[in-house]
Amino acid sequence: MTALTLTPIRVRARRPVGVTVAAAFLGLVVPAAVLAPLLAPYAPDAIDLSASLAGTSPGHLLGTDSSGQDLLSRVLYGARTSLIAPLLLLAVAALLGVTLGVLAAWRGGWTDAFVSRLTDVMYAFPGLLFTVLIIAVFGTGMTTSVLALGLAYTPTVAKYTRSLALSESRKPYVDAYRVQGMGGARICALYLVPNLGRSVAGYLVVLFGEALMSLATLSYLGFGAQPPSSDWGLMVQEGQASVVQGALLPALVPGTAIALVVVSFNVVGVWAADRLGGRN
Amino acid sequence: MKDEALLVADGLRKTYALPGRGRLTAAEDVSFTVARGGSLGIVGESGSGKTTVARMLVGLVRPDAGGVRVDGRPREARTPRRKAARLARAREIQMVFQDPYVSLDPRLTAAQCLRTALRLHGRDDGTAAELLDRVGLGEREAASLPRHLSGGQRQRLAIARALAPGPRVLVLDEAVAALDVSIQAQILRLLDEIRRDTGVALVFVGHDLAVVQHITDEVLVMRRAGSSNRAPPGGF
Amino acid sequence: MLLTLDHLTVDLPGAARPLLDEVSLRVAPGEVVGLVGESGSGKSTTAKAALGLLPGGATASGTVRVGDADVLALTGENLRRHRARTVAMVHQDPRAALNPVRRIGDFLRERGADRTRAVELLAAVGLSDPERRLRQRPHELSGGMLQRVVIAGALAVRPRLLLADEATSALDVTTQAEILALLRTLRAEQGAGMLFITHDLHLAAAYCDRVYVMYAGRVVEERTARALFAGPAHPYTRGLLSCSPTLGDTSRTLLPIPGRPPSLSDSFPGCPFAARCPDAEPECETWRPVAVDLPDGGTTACRRVPAAVPAAAERSTT
Repeated sequence: MTALTLTPIRVRARRPVGVTVAAAFLGLVVPAAVLAPLLAPYAPDAIDLSASLAGTSPGHLLGTDSSGQDLLSRVLYGARTSLIAPLLLLAVAALLGVTLGVLAAWRGGWTDAFVSRLTDVMYAFPGLLFTVLIIAVFGTGMTTSVLALGLAYTPTVAKYTRSLALSESRKPYVDAYRVQGMGGARICALYLVPNLGRSVAGYLVVLFGEALMSLATLSYLGFGAQPPSSDWGLMVQEGQASVVQGALLPALVPGTAIALVVVSFNVVGVWAADRLGGRN
Repeated sequence: MKDEALLVADGLRKTYALPGRGRLTAAEDVSFTVARGGSLGIVGESGSGKTTVARMLVGLVRPDAGGVRVDGRPREARTPRRKAARLARAREIQMVFQDPYVSLDPRLTAAQCLRTALRLHGRDDGTAAELLDRVGLGEREAASLPRHLSGGQRQRLAIARALAPGPRVLVLDEAVAALDVSIQAQILRLLDEIRRDTGVALVFVGHDLAVVQHITDEVLVMRRAGSSNRAPPGGF
Repeated sequence: MLLTLDHLTVDLPGAARPLLDEVSLRVAPGEVVGLVGESGSGKSTTAKAALGLLPGGATASGTVRVGDADVLALTGENLRRHRARTVAMVHQDPRAALNPVRRIGDFLRERGADRTRAVELLAAVGLSDPERRLRQRPHELSGGMLQRVVIAGALAVRPRLLLADEATSALDVTTQAEILALLRTLRAEQGAGMLFITHDLHLAAAYCDRVYVMYAGRVVEERTARALFAGPAHPYTRGLLSCSPTLGDTSRTLLPIPGRPPSLSDSFPGCPFAARCPDAEPECETWRPVAVDLPDGGTTACRRVPAAVPAAAERSTT
């Protein structure tokens, strides 16, 4: 008999203004990326050397780069790679990380020790260095970058999942499945992992911004997306040369796009993680 | 004499390593028998090891020494690897946990919860409705998630789930302790009916002797680290 | 009067009904008063109000007095002293009250007992070898022994009012009986009053001088323990008595109260117990409960109990 069991009262927390603004912004960016072919005034690779490094004008709302390519069109098309690639990266990290984390938590003993040491080692190794190493072996390109970063993000996800799975697997409903005679693999795959889903999903939203940054960094360094792609990281790198010539827009436009999207995802992600993770 | 009993616990012992030095003895030489369709209460205060005994019975905790026999067959201390053996073992003893707020999968409705257990044991899905009816839950509750059920309704569902595999013995670990007095009586009454109708034997673990003796024929009192007095309820 | 609650109403934003609804309650010096109810009845909230502790965001009307102090108006140092010196509380789980890494001796010293007094206290609560206990840590003692330690800690401050919130609920019967006897003697020696909070009506009726029964934030019945047991007036009290198992009485069939105790999201235009009451009439659904005096001096708030005289509200303030 507990002393006082109050039925929780649902007090709806007010959503902070920042979250609303960030969510609204993302609500514009995602459809814009999907509808890029309809919205963009030019093809992303349409070269017009006569309009090289033009400033903002009715013809080119955000100006052009040194090859006279319309920056607005490039940023819109670039949103597609820049948004989908982190998604794939996180899918790889989630698949591997959740599997390893749950395995470590469920099996315990030497399995746990092995996975924990493995993640610790990868943690200690700078993620970018690790990625560059893989790219050095398997060659540059978007696919390699996504896979390499996916591996680099795996330990973070694994560590997080392990701690969640550890407390979840101690809950009596998991014991109840075992008492029913259900096998460990089945309990984990069908019942334990889905119950972690919300918390893990919240965490992945927070990681999304970071993943986008990492990919942009790789592209900027020339390891990721290759020309003529209009990936934002690559655009910043290409636009850098123009800064010397006094044209800021070619670097500023994709740079701002990255900053705004990353910040928005962080703001929304942290809020969502609190809501999704805290309410279990 | 012993061979006639349905459930035999023989010299169960469990110790846990303490950080640093020494071991904590949770249960020491606990032995008892339960007859077919009989009921045994295990009473003790917190820390007396009664929950450890309950968990050793169902196989969630491996005893250091001693064993459990059902119908003369010794239960394996480890969870069997083979599915058939695992399920057969589950059909011997089922368990109802203390806190119905955390012993149900939050994602499954009452009906889904029962169907999962039934399918696992190759029993007909349709039995779910019968089981729900058996524990006094209606159609509205069948479609509800645990968080939309009251404490009493959740414990009813937990009992139905434990009955789903068709067990010989039902172990109840403080199964009414988290419930209000008026709800406690409802659940105790339900358990009594179920025992009468299905012939399942009950092992009722609790700290409240008045509650335990009310639904059991015999009571085992556990003190810290070990078992002691055993007497029919009248003896107290 | 030692503790006086006068028409205490506690509202929580977001709840459909008040947490406490016009609760009046008295504890005289040297008296043992039982407070019985199920979850959500408000019994723990009532006890905490005596400490000047209300749930976060709650608003209260009415008064809580301990001795001369208006508890709800206390602030700062006065409130701290009130909680630390005037009132002591013993909870259900002694492990929650004790720091697992500190020794028993440290626990008592924090409460102002020097070594000699600590040994005396431990001996007084019936622990063998008190000298050795001082050096032990919580995990080395059983639940019953730890509850004795917590009681020793509560007595170390020589409180005027002792609040026991389900203090013996987790213990086995023999230990429970010993602790209960202990609480009564020690309380008598120090002349303190005690508010004994429990879900177990039989225990309260056997142990206390007077008993309040609460339901859905209201006091539904207040009687001397003997009168309550002999002739419960409110149908809820009757229901509780016939649905709780008692020791040594296994032949009696339990008669459960149908339905469930109301949560904070249930609101009632009339009597909150009407929906579960075997004697309810349609009028009960809209009748707002008022306490009426019973011939033997108690009060009850049931429409079906003929009102001899409406209970004098002033009585509780004296």
